[in-house]
Amino acid sequence: MLIRIVDNINLAEAYQYLQSPTSGAVNLFVGTVRNHSHGKEVVKLVFEAYEVMALKEMHKIAVAAQEKWILDKIVMIHAVGEKLPGEAVVITGASSVHRKAAFEACEFLIDELKKTVPIWKHEFFKDNSVWVNAHP
Amino acid sequence: MELKLFGVAKDIIGSNKLSITAEDFATVGELKQWLSQQYPKLQQLRSVAVAVNSEYAEDNQSLQNAYEIALIPPVSGG
Repeated sequence: MLIRIVDNINLAEAYQYLQSPTSGAVNLFVGTVRNHSHGKEVVKLVFEAYEVMALKEMHKIAVAAQEKWILDKIVMIHAVGEKLPGEAVVITGASSVHRKAAFEACEFLIDELKKTVPIWKHEFFKDNSVWVNAHP
Repeated sequence: MELKLFGVAKDIIGSNKLSITAEDFATVGELKQWLSQQYPKLQQLRSVAVAVNSEYAEDNQSLQNAYEIALIPPVSGG
């Protein structure tokens, strides 16, 4: 498995890692910065991570995915720092013999990442900023 | 020892770390209670977790063998 916190997402690197002659399917999810949120224009996002713990939690999720599906390889990469609309901020991916396992695992990886991995998204608008999800 | 702070918790407390004496708190729960009294705005958050040695900790967990403690406000990665 390839699990990383990086400054810049490299899609080619993720694909290269996942693909292999034994796999018939490579599935990649790429999360990107949206230019609007709650009806307001988003100028940028700034991501912060508790890196040592984030890597551990991502590893646990990848192991859980391996227990649920038969996968060839798994990728989980999250970016930190300032990201502009359109830029990639997260990749989850899986490869498998047939497509179903790779599709399902890929969705599981991103869903679980959002629940437990200690990474925080600071959303900047023109006039203010919020830590996403902080308040009920 | 140093309590690591992130995200909105860092903004509320006004620093990215807080010096604490782990011996003053028997458990994670006691530390959380003290923090929410010192920094009442933490009570307005959706959740506040504590990580001990970079693992999520339950309230009844001891801080005795802690070498790294962090406050984990609601996560929002992805």
